[in-house]
Amino acid sequence: MLSKTEKHLQIMGTQINYYFICHTKLWFFSHHIQMEQESDLVSVGKQLHQGTYQKEKRDYTIDNLISIDFIKKGDMLEVHEVKKSKKMEKAHEYQLLYYLYYLDVIKGVENVVGMINYPKMRKKIILKWDGTREAEVRELTEKVAALVDGDMPKPVKSPTCRKCAYYELCWV
Amino acid sequence: MKRNYYVMSDGILKRKENTVYFVNKEGKKPLPINKIYSIYAYGSLTFSSQVVHLLAKEGIPIHFFNYYGFYDGSFYPRETLLSGDLLIKQAKHYLDHEKRMVIAKKFVEGAGQNMGKVLSYYRIENTIGDTMRDLDGCGAITEVMNVEGRMRSAYYFHMDEILPDGFKMEGRSRRPPENMVNALISFGNSLLYSTVLSEIYNTQLNPTISYLHEPFERRYSLALDLSEIFKPILVDRLIFYLVNKRMLKEEDFEQDINCCLLNDQGRKTFLKEYDERLKKTIKHRELNRKVSYRRLIRLEAYKLIKHLLDSKEYKPFVMWW
Repeated sequence: MLSKTEKHLQIMGTQINYYFICHTKLWFFSHHIQMEQESDLVSVGKQLHQGTYQKEKRDYTIDNLISIDFIKKGDMLEVHEVKKSKKMEKAHEYQLLYYLYYLDVIKGVENVVGMINYPKMRKKIILKWDGTREAEVRELTEKVAALVDGDMPKPVKSPTCRKCAYYELCWV
Repeated sequence: MKRNYYVMSDGILKRKENTVYFVNKEGKKPLPINKIYSIYAYGSLTFSSQVVHLLAKEGIPIHFFNYYGFYDGSFYPRETLLSGDLLIKQAKHYLDHEKRMVIAKKFVEGAGQNMGKVLSYYRIENTIGDTMRDLDGCGAITEVMNVEGRMRSAYYFHMDEILPDGFKMEGRSRRPPENMVNALISFGNSLLYSTVLSEIYNTQLNPTISYLHEPFERRYSLALDLSEIFKPILVDRLIFYLVNKRMLKEEDFEQDINCCLLNDQGRKTFLKEYDERLKKTIKHRELNRKVSYRRLIRLEAYKLIKHLLDSKEYKPFVMWW
């Protein structure tokens, strides 16, 4: 078992993403109370994932914590995430930033660049890792670990609740 | 939307690639695997492990009923929704007597209130509410069970005031049921039990840890607990409907000297109307969206999860009409 101070080293990419979407969802997910299998939106995401970028090297899972949609190798190592819409942009960015941090700081892989692809909108966001945001990401992982360790956070109503797979569990 | 499949006749389940076919003398019928929620097998089924592999992969349970329409058991696919944390909390609420009593009483309270609602719909005066107040003084599970028993026998006594002549219940009899209404209650309750079990399967709750019934009583005793709340709503109201509308008649039963059972035609009618009810929707007050009766059972499981997580105290579902 990991000590409290080490728990932030075992954070998954999805958890970083959920931290920016909803703390209750993050807590449920982290305690294996999963609902994603019932969500139509998640199925759409899966379809998108399966139907795009088929020629690339896909689904790289590292230490069972981060799962990269696909990678490309040129002068730099390109790490790609595929997302449906820009609605949760901040969550997407931090998820990718966490991947870059994990590869660079934890795994010691140099020259990594990250990209978020929005194939439906033909848009792309590029994120470079230069080490300046290391403290920020580290602090984020500690916040996630502390939240998961605590009691279930009471749900907070937001417009995103309506389409969330956890809607009924939260609000019944 | 996934739905339940009720297999009434005998036949073979065959798998060809990723499709399951039901084959009998009348022909070969494909079952759309993505559309199946659970299968209720009333006929005798023959199938290979290939079929089981596919059903397990898709998380589809099959509930088996014997020749008499009584529940035999289920093929309960490997659990994929596992939460160690929740399991520990579920067990903790069983082991802690105080905590267990809280939940057990809620189940009985919900059952009692729904029984009361059914009777008051038919304007039948009753003392179920008074009996229910005895729950406050209960200090042991057996006492809670006793209150439940007294409420239910009063309730069954009053049921005869709703039922037409020739269909009186005259007290509960089971294994075997002695008359038509008893046969319907037995049939309906075991059907409901399987429905509840399917809902529990789709949550992270463990179906063997229960609060009102003892976990060692039967295998999936949590389904028995949750069934209590829904028996008056789903089974009893359906029986009044079927009998009072003359949709079920004497010829839909097979009668013996001391045993009475639904025959094939009777079962067909019952299952069809039961399924209609599961699919029927009501506007949920708290969620502010439409939910089916089947979904109400799932929501009950969700409420229990939140109670176990100390997030929101469990309040049983009570009809508001």
